[in-house]
Amino acid sequence: MAPSTKTKVSRNPDLIRGVGKYSRSQMYHKRGLWAIKAKNGGVFPRHDAKPAAAEPVVKPPKYYPADDVKKPLANKRKARPTKLRASITPGTVLIILSGRFKGKRVVFLKQLASGLLLVTGPFKINGVPLRRVNQAYVIATSTKVDIAGVNVEKFDDKYFAKEVAKKNKKGEGEFFEAEKDEKKTLPAAKKEDQQGVDAVLLKSIECVPDLKTYLSARFSLMSGMKPHELVF
Amino acid sequence: MVKGRQGERVRSKSNQYPNTSLVQIEGVNTKEEVSWYQGKRVAYIYKAKVKVKGSHYRCIWGKVIRPHGNTGIVRAKFTSNLPPKSMGSRVRVMMFPSNI
Repeated sequence: MAPSTKTKVSRNPDLIRGVGKYSRSQMYHKRGLWAIKAKNGGVFPRHDAKPAAAEPVVKPPKYYPADDVKKPLANKRKARPTKLRASITPGTVLIILSGRFKGKRVVFLKQLASGLLLVTGPFKINGVPLRRVNQAYVIATSTKVDIAGVNVEKFDDKYFAKEVAKKNKKGEGEFFEAEKDEKKTLPAAKKEDQQGVDAVLLKSIECVPDLKTYLSARFSLMSGMKPHELVF
Repeated sequence: MVKGRQGERVRSKSNQYPNTSLVQIEGVNTKEEVSWYQGKRVAYIYKAKVKVKGSHYRCIWGKVIRPHGNTGIVRAKFTSNLPPKSMGSRVRVMMFPSNI
């Protein structure tokens, strides 16, 4: 049976802070101490200390540090993902502000445990694959895409981790040949994941008129456009 | 990115403080409009004869700190102080880190 820890409520309400309504003898009666005593034959029940378990014999240490060793302070911080802006909800169209895909309009899928946003082009529309993006480098527009039916459960930060290159011991002759052969090709599994996610998205995008051309076009500031006056 | 011009240092009559530069952002004319740009990164890009990391172009990054006065001028602090020859030159005000 799970112990239920209820917050202890005092039976002695405060008249003012520090002054209770009931006196000591009244509280004695209220708490039922008389009943506990009566149950125990006139004496308040007393529990003897439990016999301590036999401690294993510990040898005194041979070495004591000369100076007091400082203990580092305990760190009780918990890592939490960055707080997601209210304007960013699954299915929002985001504008990426920097990096290789700057200016691209992209669909937001979910926030990963590291705080980064999982995002996809979709790839067929604008060439942006399943990718992670930092929230600070993104503008959220008010355009939403329906992403019901897109399964993003399997994507997490580990999926995007770089593959550790295996260290191969090779002779000098083989060394130069091997370097030429190593080409980074995207594993077929990742291509399938991309197509799986995009297939569902494309259907919902094509339902909305002009959304496809909107997503394939890049965002840019034209002459005379003032970002502080734009409504996204 | 938004275009801007930079040049003057923060200064009093006879002393200038080169760690902060003043930037005039195009289209920003009041102190209230500057609040959108606060915290945005700023880049001063210049060319040099010697190639560094494969490019003749070099950049000094900074950020918009606060407005300067009432008419939309902005104070910016850069990772290293801007060189005096850059006074009056073009500066790029980026739209990140974004808060929209």
